[in-house]
Amino acid sequence: MDKQKGRGRFAFLCVAPATILFIIFMVIPTLQVFWYSLFKWGGYSDEGKTFVGLQNFEKLLTDAKFLKSFQNTVLLIVIVTIVTMFFALVFAGILTREKIKGQNFFRVIFYIPNILSVVVIAAIFNAIYDPSQGLLNSILGLFGSLKENPILWLGDRNTVVFSIAGAMVWQAIGYYMVMYMASMSAVPESLYESASLEGSGRIHQFIHITIPLIWTNIRTTLTFFIISSINLSFLFVKAMTSGGPDGASEVFLSYMYQQAYTNSSYGYGMAIGVIVFVFSFALAGIVNAVTKREPLEY
Amino acid sequence: MKKVLALVLAALLSAGFLSGCTTEGDAGDGDQKLWVAALESAYGSEVWKEIAAAFEKANEGVTVELTVDKNLEDVISPQMKSGEYPDVIHLAVGRTAALTETMTKENAIRDLSDMLELTVPGEDVKVKDKIVPGFLDTLVTNPYSDGKTYLAPMFYGPCGLFYNAGLFKEKGWEVPATWDEMWELGDKAKAEGIALFTYPTTGYFDAFFYALLNETGGPDFFNRAMQYEEGIWDTDEANQAFNIVAKLATYTESTTVANANDANFQKNQQLILDNKALFMPNGTWVVEEMKDAPRADGFEWGFTALPAVTEGGDRYSYTFFEQIWSPKKAANPELADKFMAYLYSDEAAAIFAKYGAIQPIEGVSDMLEGDNKLFYSIYDTGAKAAMGAFATTDPVEGVSMKDALFGTVDSIVSGQKTVEQWKEAVNQANDALRAALK
Repeated sequence: MDKQKGRGRFAFLCVAPATILFIIFMVIPTLQVFWYSLFKWGGYSDEGKTFVGLQNFEKLLTDAKFLKSFQNTVLLIVIVTIVTMFFALVFAGILTREKIKGQNFFRVIFYIPNILSVVVIAAIFNAIYDPSQGLLNSILGLFGSLKENPILWLGDRNTVVFSIAGAMVWQAIGYYMVMYMASMSAVPESLYESASLEGSGRIHQFIHITIPLIWTNIRTTLTFFIISSINLSFLFVKAMTSGGPDGASEVFLSYMYQQAYTNSSYGYGMAIGVIVFVFSFALAGIVNAVTKREPLEY
Repeated sequence: MKKVLALVLAALLSAGFLSGCTTEGDAGDGDQKLWVAALESAYGSEVWKEIAAAFEKANEGVTVELTVDKNLEDVISPQMKSGEYPDVIHLAVGRTAALTETMTKENAIRDLSDMLELTVPGEDVKVKDKIVPGFLDTLVTNPYSDGKTYLAPMFYGPCGLFYNAGLFKEKGWEVPATWDEMWELGDKAKAEGIALFTYPTTGYFDAFFYALLNETGGPDFFNRAMQYEEGIWDTDEANQAFNIVAKLATYTESTTVANANDANFQKNQQLILDNKALFMPNGTWVVEEMKDAPRADGFEWGFTALPAVTEGGDRYSYTFFEQIWSPKKAANPELADKFMAYLYSDEAAAIFAKYGAIQPIEGVSDMLEGDNKLFYSIYDTGAKAAMGAFATTDPVEGVSMKDALFGTVDSIVSGQKTVEQWKEAVNQANDALRAALK
């Protein structure tokens, strides 16, 4: 009995520092975000701090710029997730299942973007998208003259979000590819052998053996990826376009920053924070529910 | 034994964590301490160290604690939120983090009337009399229009159009004095494959627009616009300004919009150095900013006020100036005032001028050197000075006049919004902000 009590105390003492840190730096700030979202406040002096209830949220519903940033965020999540997942899976499939010369070389090459900081990637893509000397316009220029009317990848309201998506996809593919390669290499060779004996082709094997067997991994990474896309989109937007041109590439968090600081509306910014929090949770929940399958074992 | 060891380790971990929570104690040596926070701008950080040393020398027993940083807001805001305020803050309005604006909107800045009445140390003139007339009655320095100054003007510089004077000499072109001449020059340059205009980012349209509104409607009209007067943006004067910018948009270098952001704006400035565009709106700091950039042969900085709207009409150059202020919660307001008064002394001005920072005080023109002589002489050669900015309002969530009036220029240039849509956005912001005027 005494021994068990001692063990309990010991476990409590071991867990306490981490728990206290977690509460102070995670739980309390999150609750504060919820609390501050109910105020009209600039963030500094208590003099101008007024409790306004849910007014900030009401205003958000009619704020065209917020809705635009919401739309951009969702668009980025959808495009970047689909494209990244597709290529990461295909590349992982090729690199684990096929015998290609320089496999390890490709593995490293694909992984490199993940070691680079977002600012460096943004700089690389700023150079690629440069209208007059950029790689993209130079290549397209081979098929027709773009001298008079260059494509303004980051300057056109219609293309800017897709251009940012391009940089985000490039950055993420390698990391997820390595994750999938790890689980793909654990799929027993015998399954593929018997499948090919029965006349199944490579693509058929990929869809009917590989994907179902690494499904648990795909599910986990999908949720993880969607949430990190919200954070990453902010960094890319800040480093590539500052939300421009004319606010066309504003996303959730860049708009939140703009409102909380540049527009001195800290409470309103926190209300956006609450929406982002709820949205991320809801989306993660939906994705989890939709992708639920009976786990297959081998 | 193992258990004891583990317990000791856990206790150490907890103690280590708790030790992070202790606060610094006061030095308690009886000396007066002054906390000065200053933005490290184009003039560098050395200038503030020199100023602090000179002030300490002149005031025995005073220690100046300096916080100088390029991202000053990030450094001092956390401390301010926990109740520790610098005594003096040198940080201008117009920054992305908008700390100065937020403090103004929250009525958290101290009235500087007493400081202005002080005699400049070592001289026999009051601070308010030493500052060049006009700088103390703008909507920036007196944000609440109550006749009191809350933000003191510090370094100033004229804003206008920068160009390559060497190219103009080479081609035999005249710098246009009216907008009509500007359009003529635009057509001539276009024939040679040079665009008339570019801009670093739309943020640079503030000084441009303020000067333009003074030209189309005069100072009184400008002030009414800055006070969000009802219907002001539907007047002929405002329409004229909108139309000039819309026409200028058609003469703008085609890649400008793609690079008009914080990451790539220097590519737009480079267009001037490469003779790909003729004019850009900018401030005197651009010379230092682009000093290492490659440039066309014979390049020479040229600087002019905005062309006049009519032949012989007034030409304006907006005067940009930075501000210094003191929070209401500063611990040493009296010493802060003394320090600020010292900043206007000839001794301090000479130190600032050495680093290229020019203050709006009497006699400063004698301290100018090099390119600065040309830039600051703009007001001696016929251009009028425009000053001020939009009046302070309570924060209005989701509404920003700067986004509506300046940010939309990107869409006008790319042809994705019409002038009518632009005016509508400005009118909406104008109405929302008028209702929140302080």
